[in-house]
Amino acid sequence: MTAAPTRRAAYERAQRRRAAIIATASTIIVVTALIVLVPRASGWEKVRQAFFDGDVFTDSFPRLIEAFWLDVKILLWSTPLILIVSLLVALARSVRSPALFPVKAFAVVYTDVMRGIPVILLIFLIGFGVPGLRIVSRTWSDPVIWGTVALVLSYSAYVAEIIRGGIDGVHESQRAAARSLGMTSHQAMNTVVLPQAFRNIVPPMMNSFVSLQKDVALVSVIGPVEILRQAGIDKSKFANFTPYVAASLIFLAITIPCTRLADHLLARERRRTGATTIS
Amino acid sequence: MRRSANLSIPARSARFGRRLVPALAVGALVLAACGSDDDSADTADTTAGSIAPADSTAAAGSTAGSTGGAGDCNATLEAGTLTIATGDPAFSPWVIDDAPETGKGFEAAVALAVAKEMGYEGDAVVWTRTTFDEAIQPGPKTFDMNLQQYSITPERQENVDMSLPYYTSNQAMVGLDGSAAADATTVADLKDVKFGAQAGTTSLDFINDVIKPTTEPFVYDDNTGAKAALEANQIDAAVFDLPTALFVTTEIDGSSVVGQFPASAGGTTDQFGFVLDKGSALTGCVDAAITTLTDSGELDAIQQEWLSDTTGAPVIAVD
Repeated sequence: MTAAPTRRAAYERAQRRRAAIIATASTIIVVTALIVLVPRASGWEKVRQAFFDGDVFTDSFPRLIEAFWLDVKILLWSTPLILIVSLLVALARSVRSPALFPVKAFAVVYTDVMRGIPVILLIFLIGFGVPGLRIVSRTWSDPVIWGTVALVLSYSAYVAEIIRGGIDGVHESQRAAARSLGMTSHQAMNTVVLPQAFRNIVPPMMNSFVSLQKDVALVSVIGPVEILRQAGIDKSKFANFTPYVAASLIFLAITIPCTRLADHLLARERRRTGATTIS
Repeated sequence: MRRSANLSIPARSARFGRRLVPALAVGALVLAACGSDDDSADTADTTAGSIAPADSTAAAGSTAGSTGGAGDCNATLEAGTLTIATGDPAFSPWVIDDAPETGKGFEAAVALAVAKEMGYEGDAVVWTRTTFDEAIQPGPKTFDMNLQQYSITPERQENVDMSLPYYTSNQAMVGLDGSAAADATTVADLKDVKFGAQAGTTSLDFINDVIKPTTEPFVYDDNTGAKAALEANQIDAAVFDLPTALFVTTEIDGSSVVGQFPASAGGTTDQFGFVLDKGSALTGCVDAAITTLTDSGELDAIQQEWLSDTTGAPVIAVD
């Protein structure tokens, strides 16, 4: 592999180096400009006090971390539930047997309706509405439970559409080939179509996952004090927006690794499918 | 073929971005249109400044930085017009039917009486709305004065001016019949009660600082959330100021005020004042008007007209 580089390889390496130098230089210029220019704005001192107050930051940070644990718990519960429900909905939408048409129709209505309703309304409706019927015990009336249910219902509709897109994206010839080998329709779906579909949909799924991480905070509208609510309480207490800055740093610590991973998977997918990058 | 699926993501977001710009522009136009709404305000200069004789010597027209003293009743946002803000929506019994301009409801009536003392009547009074939180943050204000049950606290006074109190309230708990909070006689009995309250209120501080329950209270954007949680059996009791608590019980079947806490509970009395911009020249004028109304007994009369009798609810001792 370490044989003398071809002229083409040498040329491409030079091109890459040139691109890297330009990228570094332009980044340095932009960042320096921001660091030098922003503090020169006449209102900077006020903005700095309102958003980047060190004392407020250290005071609220431990409370925010504690409240963030609730977000993490909701996220951990809802993610597997969303995967299960969305897969069921996607499969229901993909059934081809005429006898199962009602199932398919239900799946279509479900995704249409759930994607059309704002998540926050769904959280109010299910979070207050279902326990309000007084058919569940006190323990099961907990808003964290029903807030999670609302998130699962909403996100499952989106993720189901991603999965369905993945299933439809597998070429019909794959299914035909599987059937011609004597596989049943089920076998073809489970062993040929779904594995290929899932490889294609991992990147968009990661997108939804990152989005869910932030939407978890919406559960606070029905009572639970999670990180965004705690930040709001601290904001009122100190009349200062630094707690929101602290909260977003905590969110970033989770979302950035996820988005990086999503990008990495996307890049790998491109390499795998042989698509060349065009700048 | 698969490549095109991947590429569709950036393509879609680029299209969205192009659509966003005109959308923002339209939004800005709408805002601008709303902003120019109140140019119909007539300049009733003749009615302004009727009270507080001492201010004839004060530097008129200086809008900020001159607190204390009698204040300057002319120092409003728009000459000749007094802009009063309340909540959106405003709740009963403070404002009846969310229509403060009618003067119906305790705070609506107080605001109009104070405005009249300050020399603003009829068309000279303009109502606007703000959220509870935004009005007590530092920064420019869209109102001359704001009232929506703002308790006077030192923390708030660091960011905004607060007038003399126009009402003193106890904190009170609303619970459903048979609630875990129903039989409490002291705060110590309330440790295991699941509470709810509105974010940013002294009611929430009272739960956290005085009652200190073992389970963390639930927190809502407004009273509607706390009411819904009571009805959904998610909390045992919600804490409000007493008049709000009494009103809430009329809206939820089977609920009652299961206890009120003395005004001195937690070392602070819960007194409601108007919120004004920090250093507003109007503050002294509002204070003078409230003093006049208190001394003349008019404030008491308004209270009796609009607030129910608050003596019936059982009192809970704070150690």
